[in-house]
Amino acid sequence: MLEVRDLTKSFDGFVAVSRVSFDVPKHSVSAIIGPNGAGKTTLFNLITGHLRCDTGRVVLNGRDVTGVPPHDLCRMGVGRSFQRTNIFAKLTVYENVQAAFVSHRGRGWNAFTPVRDLYRDETLRLLESLRLADRAGEVAGFLSHGAQKQLELGLALALEPDILLLDEPTAGMSASETRETIQLIDRLARERGLTLLFTEHDMEVVFSIAQKITVLHQGRVIADGSPAAVRADGGHVGAPHDDW
Amino acid sequence: MRRVPWAPLVVVAALLVPAVGSRFYTFLANDVIIWALFATSLNLLVGYTGLVSFGHAAYFGIGAYTTGILMKKLGVPFLLAFPAAGVLAGAFALLFGLFCVRLTRIYFAMLTLAFAQIVWAICFKWNEVTGGEQGMPEVPYPDLAWMGALPLVRDLRTSDHFYLVTVVLVALCLWILHRVVRSPFGRMLTTIRENAERAEFIGVHVRRYELAAFVLAGAFAGLAGGLFGIFNRGVFPDFAYWTKSSEVLIMTLLGGMGTFYGPSVGALALILLNQQIVSYTEYWPFVLGTILVVLLFGFPGGLGGALELLGRRLWRPRRA
Amino acid sequence: MFLFLIAAGLSLIFGVLRVLNFAHGTFYMLGAYATYQLVQWMGVSGGRFWLTALGGALVVAALGGLIERFLFRRLYGKDELYQLLFTYALALILSDAAKMLWGTQQKSVSRPPELTGALHVFGAIIPHYNLFIILLGPAIALAFWVVLQRTRVGRYIRAAALDRETLGALGVNVDALYTWVFVLASFLGGLGGALISPMRATTPGMDTEVIVEAFVVVVIGGLGSFWGTFLGALIYGQVLSFGILFFPRFSIFAVFALMAAVLIVRPWGLLGRPLR
Repeated sequence: MLEVRDLTKSFDGFVAVSRVSFDVPKHSVSAIIGPNGAGKTTLFNLITGHLRCDTGRVVLNGRDVTGVPPHDLCRMGVGRSFQRTNIFAKLTVYENVQAAFVSHRGRGWNAFTPVRDLYRDETLRLLESLRLADRAGEVAGFLSHGAQKQLELGLALALEPDILLLDEPTAGMSASETRETIQLIDRLARERGLTLLFTEHDMEVVFSIAQKITVLHQGRVIADGSPAAVRADGGHVGAPHDDW
Repeated sequence: MRRVPWAPLVVVAALLVPAVGSRFYTFLANDVIIWALFATSLNLLVGYTGLVSFGHAAYFGIGAYTTGILMKKLGVPFLLAFPAAGVLAGAFALLFGLFCVRLTRIYFAMLTLAFAQIVWAICFKWNEVTGGEQGMPEVPYPDLAWMGALPLVRDLRTSDHFYLVTVVLVALCLWILHRVVRSPFGRMLTTIRENAERAEFIGVHVRRYELAAFVLAGAFAGLAGGLFGIFNRGVFPDFAYWTKSSEVLIMTLLGGMGTFYGPSVGALALILLNQQIVSYTEYWPFVLGTILVVLLFGFPGGLGGALELLGRRLWRPRRA
Repeated sequence: MFLFLIAAGLSLIFGVLRVLNFAHGTFYMLGAYATYQLVQWMGVSGGRFWLTALGGALVVAALGGLIERFLFRRLYGKDELYQLLFTYALALILSDAAKMLWGTQQKSVSRPPELTGALHVFGAIIPHYNLFIILLGPAIALAFWVVLQRTRVGRYIRAAALDRETLGALGVNVDALYTWVFVLASFLGGLGGALISPMRATTPGMDTEVIVEAFVVVVIGGLGSFWGTFLGALIYGQVLSFGILFFPRFSIFAVFALMAAVLIVRPWGLLGRPLR
């Protein structure tokens, strides 16, 4: 589904991502883990075209998408969420998700009909499945952190993606929120047949749902494989899991 | 609460001004209405797309010169000269916008300023076409003799006839702009204002939308300029000078950039205030500056907060 | 060359505070008026012009410091549009205040007697005073550079232009630093006005003209870059004078076209560095 080959990026001589390669098989749930500053977010930004890579390739469904800008990439079935929650804070929950539908379905250039009820049913249905339906009219910026993260998931899902890239989907959440969110993601991925790639700091989460794990350290891949293999490998990396 | 049809009411009220008010009030209302369109066009950028332009006067000036030159020198009828103002201003906005939207924030603002100053410099020096420093006085009124044949308005002056035309045209423009900001396109612009990074990742081609907004805003500013040149009975280079850009920016901000009618209210407030204060003292800028400072410091939520507070009390029904 | 002084102040404030100070042109104008006023009281003979010029600049510097300390400070952390609006409001208030105090008549200051003569070079007449300004510009630039390089405040200012957060974390009194930046910048603006007063008439409206010129200079050279501003002022002067020589009517046009071109190709200016 997604292949990353020899991706390298440096900032002013600091190598943030160095010759990183890995695969994400279709319908799999894959995780990228590693300590802070390992280059996880940079790697995501390279894949989704926010940053230009120095060398390497990103291949999506056999098609080279290296350096394709985000607005084009998300027409190719890639959805993404951000580590620092990224929503349209002054719009309502409904308007947030609706905007994603409007944009994705190419209606954004329509400048003369009212937008209000466009894709109303789709929007409400999606909010329903995110358990945000009863808060549709609220201003997104006032939601709790956890709800904002869920809303961001909704923005990504409105694009009807095949593959979903989630950067720290549970960052800043309490234990119970984390559990709920993971269940939600897991359920949605199953229902929609999504391929999932996420970064995560909570090892419990990772080992509970990931089928494949890539370990990043100082910009390099130091382990890549099934959870069991990575766990076994973990010893010689020398970093205790709980610290990650 | 039943929704009050404010917009049509305001239009009707505006149309009645020549009948009930003096010549002076008609003049004032005409001024307000044109500036309202100018400020609203800027608000499409500042308020809806989140692009702060320092050079919006350029398009106002281009529109004014277009209509002025066409009508005065070439004798083109108003019916053609007026849309031409929008078209030409929009075309220039497209040309300049191509470069501007590649920049962000302060650099965007500076480049819009630079382009506006270029326009100003050309208007200022190109004597043959623009009349240079002296400007171009005596832009004729459109031929509105047909209005003399209509009932009710038959006995009014030409300036009043022109005023009525202005009201109708501006109302039409505002109606179009209102449709635009309420459309899917308008929503896309709002997502860019809120969070351009995220907008990109719901598939919004940010630059292209910004450019479209820039052109649209420029075109409507051009239309406002076209009307203003006639209203002012002359077109002068300072129409495009940067102080005009900042004036309209202040109107927009004062009136509240988050709302559609805010800039119009800003235009009304500022022009009436100016009118009042000028009769007491010549130091209008001083007063305006003081008002701005008081607004900035007197309200903890900043200007936006103050206006929202005010807006909630006064203009709520209008937003419906 | 005086334009360099003004632009340097503008650039300094932008470099450290990330604000375009619309009132900077007004500081320049006030510098000229203050000098005029002091000259009225003290005269220009016996080297007193220098005292008055310095005095004018100091008055403006003090004003700048007060404004930062009591007003502008409260706007840090707010939307930059509000900061901009504030400096614009300030420009309106101060320039009108100047109009109230000094009227709309042109005011002129006579040249200091030491420099009333003129030099004849290749048939051109260059007043001594102008020559002096031409030489003074680089001297002040150099002095200013030394201040930035060698003094503690200067080092902090340079550091602040690069990275503000770290500076605060290092225990530098950032508040005081910002005040000093304002004082220094206002001083430069005021000095520009003070020194120009014998060359050009002081009138209301000189502020709106100069601020745009200073913008151009700063943008060409690079917002926040010291030598960039110097270079920008040189280029501006050259383009303007050559423009006047060859296409007299489009010299202003050329200047703004240059500004636009720089912004398009290198938005951060010739010697500036990209901002995030």
